[in-house]
Amino acid sequence: MTFTGFLFQALNGLSTASGLFFIAVGLSLIFGVTRIVNIAHGSLYMLGTYIAYTFATRIGGALGFWGGIVATAILVGVIGALIEVVLLRRIYRAPELFQLLATFALVLIINDATLWLWGPEDLLGPRAPGLRGAIEVLGRQLPSYDLFLIVIGPLVLLALHFTLAGTRFGRLVRAATQDREMVGALGVNQAMLFTAVFALGAGLAGFGGALQVAREPANLATDLTAISDAFVVVVVGGMGSISGAYLAAVIIAEVKAICIGIGVVDFGFGSVNFSKLTLVAEFLVMAVVLIARPYGLLGRAQAVVRSIAEPEEPLRPATPALKALGAVVLALLLCLPLLAQSSPYLLILGIDVLIAVIFAASLHFIMGPGGMHSFGHAAYFGLGAYGAALLVKGLAVPMGLALVAAPLVALAGALLFGWFAVRLSGVYLAMLTLAFAQIVWATVFQWEELTGGSNGVIGVWPPPPFDRTSVYFLLTLALAVIAVLLLRRLLFAPFGYAMRAGRDSALRAEAIGIDVKRVHWLGFAVAGAVCGVAGGLFAFAKGSISPETIHINRSIDGLVMVLLGGIQTLSGPIVGASVFATLQDTVMRQTEYWRALLGLIILLLVLAFPQGIAGALAALWRRVKP
Amino acid sequence: MSDAMLAVDSLSAWYGAARILYDLSFEVGRGEVVGLMGRNGAGKSTTLKAVMGLIAERQGTVRFNGGDISGLKPFEIARRGLGYTPEDRRIFSDLTVMENLDVGRQPERRFADGWPAPAWTPEKLFALFPNLAEMPDRLGDRMSGGEQQMLTVARTLMGNPLLVLLDEPSEGVAPLIVEQMANTIVALKKDGLSVLLCEQNIHFARLVSDRVYVLEKGQIHWQGSMAQLDANQDVQRAYLTV
Repeated sequence: MTFTGFLFQALNGLSTASGLFFIAVGLSLIFGVTRIVNIAHGSLYMLGTYIAYTFATRIGGALGFWGGIVATAILVGVIGALIEVVLLRRIYRAPELFQLLATFALVLIINDATLWLWGPEDLLGPRAPGLRGAIEVLGRQLPSYDLFLIVIGPLVLLALHFTLAGTRFGRLVRAATQDREMVGALGVNQAMLFTAVFALGAGLAGFGGALQVAREPANLATDLTAISDAFVVVVVGGMGSISGAYLAAVIIAEVKAICIGIGVVDFGFGSVNFSKLTLVAEFLVMAVVLIARPYGLLGRAQAVVRSIAEPEEPLRPATPALKALGAVVLALLLCLPLLAQSSPYLLILGIDVLIAVIFAASLHFIMGPGGMHSFGHAAYFGLGAYGAALLVKGLAVPMGLALVAAPLVALAGALLFGWFAVRLSGVYLAMLTLAFAQIVWATVFQWEELTGGSNGVIGVWPPPPFDRTSVYFLLTLALAVIAVLLLRRLLFAPFGYAMRAGRDSALRAEAIGIDVKRVHWLGFAVAGAVCGVAGGLFAFAKGSISPETIHINRSIDGLVMVLLGGIQTLSGPIVGASVFATLQDTVMRQTEYWRALLGLIILLLVLAFPQGIAGALAALWRRVKP
Repeated sequence: MSDAMLAVDSLSAWYGAARILYDLSFEVGRGEVVGLMGRNGAGKSTTLKAVMGLIAERQGTVRFNGGDISGLKPFEIARRGLGYTPEDRRIFSDLTVMENLDVGRQPERRFADGWPAPAWTPEKLFALFPNLAEMPDRLGDRMSGGEQQMLTVARTLMGNPLLVLLDEPSEGVAPLIVEQMANTIVALKKDGLSVLLCEQNIHFARLVSDRVYVLEKGQIHWQGSMAQLDANQDVQRAYLTV
C-alpha cells in the first residue's frame, strides 16, 4: 500500500473512532459512579440509530436529520434515566453478577422491542443534509460526513472534560467514582447523581448511534457488536477515564483500519488476508494492554467498593436429604429412555439439558468457588466441539477417542488463556475472558479452510449404537454425572479449599503459603477441560457445529444458568441449567419474541430471587426447619 | 422529649450476623463536646456510622435537632445538619483541596429554634487551618496524614453542620496537628456546635470533652463528666489503658 493510501486509511479510522468513543465513554462514566457494567449500553446505541432513522425519514430535511440526532440523544437519555430508576436502583446492593444479568436481560428486551417497532429489515437512513459531498484529501475522496465525525469526537471529549473538571456536577461525579458512600455522608443525594450519570451515559450512546444513521444501516445485531467493541475500548483505555476512552477508541479503530488497508500480504510460504483479522487484531491489542497495564492505558487500580453486598454463604457438603434427592433424580433419568418411547423429543430435550448442566457446572466451578467471572466460557465449549468434530471429519478418529480429545483441546486453550486471565480480577477478568472467546470465535469463523467458516462442520453423527437417541442420552447422562461429581469432589479437596481461600482473600491465602495464581490457573484449566466435554457431546448430539453456536450468546447463557441456580450453591448450576435449557427448548420456541420473554424471566428472577432458585430454596428450607 | 441536640435510644447494629452494638443510649447537648471512649474494637466507630445511617442493619431511635432521623438515608441525615468525619479520612484523592471542599458544600442551616448555625466558606476554613490555605490546588493523594485530617474536618464543616461526629482525629498525626485539632474543637464549641468525639487517647479527650461515655464490647459501661473520669482510676484501668 502507498504511504498516502495508508494515511487515508488512518483518517477513516479516526471517523470510526468517534463512534466507538461515544459508546465507550458513557459505559465508562456509568461504571465509574454506579459500579455497574451496563451490558445494555450497546442496545442504547442501537436504539439511537433506529430512532434517528425515524426522525430523519418521518420529518425529513435538515430539521429531521440534525434536529433528530439531538432529539434522539435526549430521548435515549430519558430512556436511560427510566432504566436506572425502575430497575437498577433496586439492585445496587446485589452481587456484581446479578447486575450484569439484569442489564443483559435489558439487551434481550430492547432487541425484541426494536424488532417489534421497526421490523427485521436493515434500515438505511438518508445522507446528511449539507454534508452529502466529499472533499479531496491526499488525492482521494473523503466524505464530508466522515470529516464531521472526525471532528465531533474530540469536541465531545473536550466538553466532557470541562464538565467533569469545572462544574459541581463533575466534581460530584469524580468524587462518587472514588467513594460514593462518603459522598452520600456529605449530604449529596446519590440516587439523583446516579440517575443523572446514567442519563448522560445513555444520551451519549444514543448520540453516537444517531450519528451512524447516515453511514451504516440500523441493524438488530448492532447491540452485541457495539457492546463488545465498547468493552474492549473501555478496558484498553482504563475504566473511568474519559481521555483513556478516546485514546483507546483511536488505537482500536486505527488497528482495524490499517488491517483492512493492508489487505492480502504474500509471505512467500503463504498469504495472509489481514482484512479478515480485524477481530483478532482488536482483541490482541486488548490482551497485550491488559497484560502490560492491567488497569488500562490511563486507568488506575479500582478502589475497593464500600458497602457491597452481604458476605456470601459458605459452601456446605451435601446433606443426606440432598443425596437422597440426587439419587431419586438420577434413577428417574435412567428410566427416561423407557418412559420416553412415545415421545422421542423428551430424550433430545434431556440431552440438551445434560449438556447444559456440564457446561454450567464447569462455569460455576470457576465463578462461584473460584470467584473468576468468566464471560467467555463458550470458548472452551467451542474448542471441545470443534476439536471433536474436526478429528472425526478430518482424521476419521472414532467417537470415543474424539470425546477424549475434546476436553484435552479445551484444556490446552484454558491453560493458555487462563495464564493471562488469572492475573486480573473483577470486571477486567470478565472482559479478558470475553476477548479470548471472541478470538476463538473469530478464528473459527475466518479460518474457512479448516473449520468451514460460517457453515461450520456438518455430518458429525455418532456411530451405532450411539446413533439411537436413548443410548446417546445414557452416554451423556454418564458423562454429566461423572463431571458433576468430579467437580464437587475437587471443591471439598484441599485444592478446592485453596481456591476458595484465594477468592476470599488473595493476600491472606498467600500468607499461609498458597500460590493463589497457580491454584486459580489450575481451576480455570479444570473448568475449561470439563466444558470441553460438553462441547464434544454437543457436536455429536446435533451432528454439526457452527460458529453461531459458540458465539457470545452461549457464554451469556452459561452465566444466566449459573446465576439462575444461585452462585454459592453447588446444586445451583444443575438446577439453573435444567430450568434454562428446558425453557429455551420449550417456551422460547413458541414465540418470535423469545428474547424479550427470556429477558423478563431473568428480571423477575433477579428481583425476586437474588440468591438464585437453588439458593432461595435452601434459604426457605433453613427457615422452615426448626 | 429531651431537648438534647442528639438523643440516641437503644441503638443496636449488626455487620451481617455479627452484632456489634447493644442497646446504646446517650445524648449530646447543644454546644457540648461528648467523648465516646474505649479500646480498639469497642464499637466507637460503629456507633458513629450507625448514627449517620451508614450501617443498614440497625435498630433503635435517633433524634436530632428535634426530629427523628432513625430510618433516614445518610444524605438525608447529613442534610439535617449532622456532619461526619471518618476515622480513615476518606479524602477524594483525585480531587484537589478546593474540590474536596466543594463536594462538601451544603446550604446554610438553622437550629430548631431558628438560630442560624455557623456558615462556612473556604476562606473561613483556611483561616482555621492555615496549612490548607497554602495548598488549595494540591491533589488529595499528595497530602500528608495530618493535612488530610484537617481537610476531612474542613470538608465536613463545608456542610454547615449543627453537630459533628468526629472519629479519632488525633490518630496517627503529628503532635503539632493533634494540638491544632484540639484547638479546632474548642473553637467549634465556642461557635455553638456540638461534637461527638470517638477517642482512645485520654490526654486528647481531656483537652476538649465535657462529658464521656465509656464503651466496651458494644455496650456503655460508664458515663460521667470528664473530671469524674480523670479522677476514676478504676474505670480508666478497666476500659481504657492498654
